[in-house]
Amino acid sequence: MKEFAYRRATEVRDALTLVAAGDGARYLGGGTNLVDLMKTGVEAPARLVDVRFLPLDGVREAADGGLVIGATTTNSDAAAHPEVRRRYPALSEAILAGASGQLRNMATVGGNLLQRTRCGYFADPSQACNKRVPGSGCAAIAGEHHNHAVLGWSRHCAATHASDMAVAMAAFDAVVHYETLDGPGELPLAEFYPPVGDTPDRETALPPGALITAIALPGSAVSPRSRYRKVRERASYAFATVSIAADLDVRTGSARIALGGVASRPWRARRAEAVLREGPLTADRFRAAADAELSAAEPLPGNGYKVTLARNLIVAVLTELADRAPA
Amino acid sequence: MNAVNSIGVARPRIEGQAKVTGRARYAADKPMRDLAFGSVVVSTVARGRIRDIDVAAVKGMPGVLGVIDYRNAPRLNPEAGHFFGPDGGLQLLQDDVIPFAGRAVALVVAETLEQAKAAADTLPVTYDQEPHDTGFTADHPNARPAAPLFDGPEDIGDLEAELAASAVVVDERYHTPEEHCSAMEPHSATAWWEGERLQAIDSNQGPFFIATVLATLFSLGFEQVRVRTEHVGGGFGSKGMCGPQLVLATMGATLFRRPVRVTLTRDQVFLMTAMRPATEQPIRLGADADGRLRAIQHEPAFELSPLAEYIEGCTEPTKTLYAAPAIRTRNTAVPLDILPPYSMRGPGAAPGSFALESAMDELAERLGLDPLELRLRNEPAVGPVSGLPFSSRNLVACLRTGAERFGWATRDHRPRTRREGHLLVGTGMAATSFSVGAFPSVASITAEVDGTFTVIIAATDLGTGARTALTAIAADALAIDTERVRLRISDSELGPAWSAGGSRGTTSWAWAITEAAAQLRDQPRDPSRRVTVTVDTTQLLNDLPSMERHAYSAVFTEVTVDPATGEVRVRRLLGMFAVGQVVNPLTARSQVIGGMIGGLSMALHEEGVRDQVSGRHVNADFAGYHIAAHADVPDIEADFVPDYEPGIPFGIKGAGEIGNVGTAAAIANAVWHATGKRQRRLPIRLDRVVE
Repeated sequence: MKEFAYRRATEVRDALTLVAAGDGARYLGGGTNLVDLMKTGVEAPARLVDVRFLPLDGVREAADGGLVIGATTTNSDAAAHPEVRRRYPALSEAILAGASGQLRNMATVGGNLLQRTRCGYFADPSQACNKRVPGSGCAAIAGEHHNHAVLGWSRHCAATHASDMAVAMAAFDAVVHYETLDGPGELPLAEFYPPVGDTPDRETALPPGALITAIALPGSAVSPRSRYRKVRERASYAFATVSIAADLDVRTGSARIALGGVASRPWRARRAEAVLREGPLTADRFRAAADAELSAAEPLPGNGYKVTLARNLIVAVLTELADRAPA
Repeated sequence: MNAVNSIGVARPRIEGQAKVTGRARYAADKPMRDLAFGSVVVSTVARGRIRDIDVAAVKGMPGVLGVIDYRNAPRLNPEAGHFFGPDGGLQLLQDDVIPFAGRAVALVVAETLEQAKAAADTLPVTYDQEPHDTGFTADHPNARPAAPLFDGPEDIGDLEAELAASAVVVDERYHTPEEHCSAMEPHSATAWWEGERLQAIDSNQGPFFIATVLATLFSLGFEQVRVRTEHVGGGFGSKGMCGPQLVLATMGATLFRRPVRVTLTRDQVFLMTAMRPATEQPIRLGADADGRLRAIQHEPAFELSPLAEYIEGCTEPTKTLYAAPAIRTRNTAVPLDILPPYSMRGPGAAPGSFALESAMDELAERLGLDPLELRLRNEPAVGPVSGLPFSSRNLVACLRTGAERFGWATRDHRPRTRREGHLLVGTGMAATSFSVGAFPSVASITAEVDGTFTVIIAATDLGTGARTALTAIAADALAIDTERVRLRISDSELGPAWSAGGSRGTTSWAWAITEAAAQLRDQPRDPSRRVTVTVDTTQLLNDLPSMERHAYSAVFTEVTVDPATGEVRVRRLLGMFAVGQVVNPLTARSQVIGGMIGGLSMALHEEGVRDQVSGRHVNADFAGYHIAAHADVPDIEADFVPDYEPGIPFGIKGAGEIGNVGTAAAIANAVWHATGKRQRRLPIRLDRVVE
């Protein structure tokens, strides 16, 4: 582990200035991912600016009937918040499906969005990885990629995004609010994570030095029946093989669906959503919606099962949501 | 015979309170003055030669005392080895050859652990890479007969004729992956010299044996070496040998003339310490229409390293579990550029029984017979291959009691017949055995003038409760209360003793303690004088009649399968065990339950994933290498049938490994019962189940 300086920021402006001043400075939230990566040498910041004590904690009402979750709110607090559970149950379920109780008590909502992939080649500094060292190559595509992406990957990188929470946020059209020294800004989650392309090291569209301050969940996305389902190799404490956050309005056919574990970012299933809007919500339509989304899939030689799994999962969760809907 | 007062009584571990309050000390915990720390650098290529190690690049880093590599390391004796002969795995830092990825190439020694790690992470090592071969398959061109060190080939009866005469034949192939012991406590050793005497505190399964290996390796007299253990946080086989941490710590102490501690990181535990080899196991079973076996053919292949001979004795249960007029077994070894495999949790029997007991279930299916009934119909009267009598064989009791408790009688044996919502539900069972016995050990007992007895044996406690068990055994052997027993273990100086391994630790140590106690009790006693008796059981063991000696178990399980996602979850797990006299029902139950959970992990989770392009292990941590989490562990029940091993003091059999064996096949058979699809390849991953 490389030696580093540590500063605790007490105001947002301090934090921004401290990170802007030093090359290699990074914000520290709960540290549940960053510190692990520092121990193995994947991350080597010269300075950590601890933002956990900034006044960015807590969940508050938004004017549009939605909620605003402060960036330093812990994952545990966000998941347990009564209004999160009532209005956005899939978000609460997604957060609780991730990590362990101990980690969720430390991890922050802002940091969760920024967690790095769990690709084994990314995690090992002696392996080729374009995400870690641009231009070094991707060992996973020719090597072991059982858990890698089937949608939207490029020949430069096939790693998946690891967050459960971000999948639910993608389904709810969340908006990320941030601050910079030049003033505040916001990014819809759909634009927050850029496509992999030939820059897998560029994981967010945040301007340099930006600090996430809050995540807004729109009132238009309130969905008391939404659902998060995570498929994984063991019953707990494992990253998603494939996961889904979904909400379905059986009267209008309006659906919001996002998939996890299949791409470099939470994968909003807009093709499936379009098929559902077209007509009666029958079992055939659910299958057609799933097929439409997965028609774009390009599995690697070792992960074709994820296409089957994602298709089955979309159908299973839509069926469940339709069955649960009030008559 | 001795009266049994303390044996058979459920008692918590003697050290339990110390462990849960953090006072118990493990190998890396001993405070020492002038202690330096070694950090290991491992190869990142699977085969080749070291081109350069740029020691100058780290020499000036804070706290660095120096770097040991093949150019300055103490020379080691190539004859040093373990049970299977000279072990090239021990020959660390002796030349520039890289035989597998993860091989130690240097040890950086510094004043603090952090300084050593920082320099080790920085040390530039370059390689001349050579093509590697890590692709295991049974028909690999380098495949050769396994060395017949044990579990040698057998061929009784006319196999082909019996198969031809069989009404039903199963002819299938089963696969198990590389698996890792991955004990909670990483391997750690601290070595230092006291004059001409090498001292070490090491995390291992047998300080005496490891001291002998260490002495040979460094060309020292045995009396020049003392190895002690503290509490040990699990071994599962990977601490049965002289580990890289001890070899490297000894080198550090030798070169820098001060105490050096080497603790492997978690990834190094995966990369450098013993793993179970991958296996590929073709099996043919032939039976009459009524289910009587005519033929059993089991010819497994396993991978190994050219550095060290090893046997994954998969056919050990095959030779003893069922009667058949024709039985053929043969082990094949495939040398590859991999970490040398070694014994791990139920070595041989765990992967072997997965194949055999899966095949038995397939046979029952094809016969239209209850799998339980199939086992009962093939119960042998004598050893099917050896012809020797069984010392005590209570497999049928395990099968019948287990079936009754589980509610097996009402099972509909047809697959894919039970649904609960979107889940398929299935049940499965397996039977198994694990060989038991004892190895020579020396124990001393001193009658103290205060009325207590000091019992000394070079045993070690891996966390299984050996201290507690040996105290109870000594108490009954001396016909006293446990409060009067003072036990000393964990030190090579205490005399030759078998290790905590092979399910033979407790039996071997108990034998020596019991005999020493008997001799002490036979002596005329003057309570005002200390009296010591020392016993070596070598001759007693030689006199033990040759018999088929095994522990037995029957495992029953219920699983749910979501065919849309491939998720398999174990709902119920029941094991009935015949392990002789149970010394401590509380810790024995913990041990077999732990074994069953290990078997569950083997069935569903554990897999060392190797990138064939680089030949490297790519999931060398607990995020990538899954073992069962709490939520995976179901309603689990384990119990013991009455059993007693004749000829062995107190009727003890080993219970260390049988818990692991059998569970994987029971779960695979239950997954078939749920889905109708056979799982012949472990682990039973989502992608192998999803429909």
